[in-house]
Amino acid sequence: MENSYILECEGISKAFGGTQALADVELHIKKGEVHALLGENGAGKSTLMKIIIGLYKADQGSITFEGKPYSARGPADAMAAGISMIHQELNPEPYLTIAESIFLNREDVKKGIHFLDKKKTNERAEKILREFDFPKGARTMMEDLTLAQMQMVEIIKAVSCDSRVIIMDEPTSSLDSEETEHLFGTIRGLKEKGVAIIYISHRMEEIFEICDRVSVFRDGRYVGSREMEGVTTKELISMMVGRTVENVFPKQECPIGDVVFRVEHLSGKGFEDISFEVRAGEILGISGLVGSGRSETMRAIFGLDPLTGGKIYLEGKEIVIKSARDAIAKGIAMVNEDRKTYGLCLFRSLRENISLPNLKRKQKRFILNQRREKEEVLEVSKKLTVKAAGIEADAYSLSGGNQQKVVLSKWIMAEPKVLILDEPTRGVDVGAKSEIHTLMCRFAAQGMAIIMISSELPEVMGMSDRILIYHEGRLNGEVSRREILSGGVTQEVILAKEFGGK
Amino acid sequence: MEKKEKKILGMTQDEFRLFRKRYGIAMVMVAMIIILSIVSPTFRTAGNVVSIALQVSINGILALGVVFVITAGGIDLSIGSMLALTSVIIGLVLNATGSIPLACIVSVAATTFCGFVNGALIAKFNMFPFVVTLSTQLVIRGLGYVLSGGYSMSLANADFKMIGAGKLAGIPYPVFIWLAVAVMAYLLMHWTKFGRYIYAVGGNINAAEASGVDVFWTRTKSFVISGFCTGVAGIIMTSRISAAQPNIGVGYETDAIAACVIGGTSFAGGIATIPGTMIGIVIIGLIYNGMNLLGISSYWQTITKGLLIIGAVMLDMFTNKRK
Repeated sequence: MENSYILECEGISKAFGGTQALADVELHIKKGEVHALLGENGAGKSTLMKIIIGLYKADQGSITFEGKPYSARGPADAMAAGISMIHQELNPEPYLTIAESIFLNREDVKKGIHFLDKKKTNERAEKILREFDFPKGARTMMEDLTLAQMQMVEIIKAVSCDSRVIIMDEPTSSLDSEETEHLFGTIRGLKEKGVAIIYISHRMEEIFEICDRVSVFRDGRYVGSREMEGVTTKELISMMVGRTVENVFPKQECPIGDVVFRVEHLSGKGFEDISFEVRAGEILGISGLVGSGRSETMRAIFGLDPLTGGKIYLEGKEIVIKSARDAIAKGIAMVNEDRKTYGLCLFRSLRENISLPNLKRKQKRFILNQRREKEEVLEVSKKLTVKAAGIEADAYSLSGGNQQKVVLSKWIMAEPKVLILDEPTRGVDVGAKSEIHTLMCRFAAQGMAIIMISSELPEVMGMSDRILIYHEGRLNGEVSRREILSGGVTQEVILAKEFGGK
Repeated sequence: MEKKEKKILGMTQDEFRLFRKRYGIAMVMVAMIIILSIVSPTFRTAGNVVSIALQVSINGILALGVVFVITAGGIDLSIGSMLALTSVIIGLVLNATGSIPLACIVSVAATTFCGFVNGALIAKFNMFPFVVTLSTQLVIRGLGYVLSGGYSMSLANADFKMIGAGKLAGIPYPVFIWLAVAVMAYLLMHWTKFGRYIYAVGGNINAAEASGVDVFWTRTKSFVISGFCTGVAGIIMTSRISAAQPNIGVGYETDAIAACVIGGTSFAGGIATIPGTMIGIVIIGLIYNGMNLLGISSYWQTITKGLLIIGAVMLDMFTNKRK
């Protein structure tokens, strides 16, 4: 047992409902090191970090910080103890000055009357800003800063709270190369002061550049730690995968027809130059890390976000999609990854939710044919095996899997030509998952062209006829079902492509 | 009786909860009617029932309009000013041409247009409905003063007076108009595609958009409906006071919104029924009428109404378990 560990997590487990997010994981951070945390989407990295800063409570396990048992009741508590986190999505108070945000909740007050001593706060802020060679003054408003500068203020704030461990979640995801270099300079400076950094990133080259050690997580489990010196990308990737693709997927081969849907050189926010086609009866899998542009592309195709370039063809004819309404009218449907925001009106009935995109066909003159509506909703919900107290039950009363089936039902009722599924089985229990997979095959067999985004490699590999792989907004390869079945393409190969490899 | 489950009024707890959610506010109305019937003999008379109906008809029409706005996730504070505008326009048109249909059409068209402007501003630029209608309320009120020069115009037209004062089979015309608006509102809200879109937009605007609902027009139309209903209510009001005045209608939005809320309309949007709103309207009428009969001062009526709204919102929170 070395005594140089500043933060030690042992045997941490955490479950959300039925899913085990973390199972008996460990993490050992040394004083003054930059420690990378690596793993696929959903491997449990964020969950562990949220436990450390007190956003979640671990079901089991213990954390030792500087030799003493540690548990935080929340981020403020963790910060006071000496652990801060710089989130990927910065959430600044735009109308505070730099000084006010650094010393939020720790303001200087005048003696006796307890009014704010702004002068003193500003002076203290100026002093720290100078230490970090920050280019703006303490009285600058947060909204006038660049993203990189806002991030730097967060780091400065962490340091000013005397943090000995700073967690950085994808800190470079919105920085350009110059800003990244500057950040790395700051990280090296912190290291010299003995601050330990937990560095979460998907960018291998950065991890090799800045980190001393790495811990790898997979499926909520701890796989192992390595010194960065001597380890190879290949070795790290094989640590990240290792799940076997069991034949649990009910994939049925069905005849694949003509090209139904084709896009050429699509560009938009978060993706560039995307071209692909889908055929009738085909399930096109889309793989890539979160933020690699997969969902962004599909949202733009469905008209939820604007496209900046490219063309879309449906059944050979070029179509223009400006809104979800256009997309639906043309025969494109999309099951969004966030069903609570984009899928359901939670406080309305199952019946109303399912028929919402399909009301046009049920309206005779002006009045809705509610009897026919009920019949059709009953039929489709039976077909999709939705389990509920009845079609008048409110959507929020259903389980995740059944809510997802309701969302599927509404789009199946619309009889689309192209069905886009973004993480169709996220937050869904095993039984419902398998049912959804079976349904997907049935829809494909009926001649629908299906595009499926999934963060689960086994799911993509088990269900798709073809897989497109995204890396940082661009396509970085395509593999076919044949290559997967023959064993020529493994999870390692796909993951390596997701990380930018050839 | 083997299982020892608590029963309330012969229902299991789950059944009772559903019953309370669905009929809770109707039970309140029935209870009020029973109590008032017992304590006040006058309350039971046919004459009083007709007078309650007449009293609530104007507020009833306003509430049936604004319920669409609230269900779609908005709020309309410009109702009171639109009433005044209706009144002024009727006065001007009627005194100039003497044509009742023309006066009615022009005034309702004006308020409907005001509703359109409210809705378009809110839906197009995604502004807060509260702020937009708070502002247009001032603009519309000012417009009424400008058009009328600030003066009240007396209306000599006896036929026009009949709209508010006339009766059919002992029941005043305004009551018929109110009920006709209610039937239309019921069909629109519960039996058309548009009604569904109103619920969807108010319930979850993102999901509505992703389901292909035209969010802009749905929101805008909800305000158009509110404007239209206010115009209709304004005609009755002007007829009843036989004068065109730019200063009437102040505070009328409060009672209309209160009726919606008491009737189970959720301020978060997406939840409301027309029958519920009708019950809300009647309950407010009962408060005024009952307390008048019992000789309680109008100050207390206001307090009671306020407390009832809070009670209704709390009922909504508990029965819908919203966080």
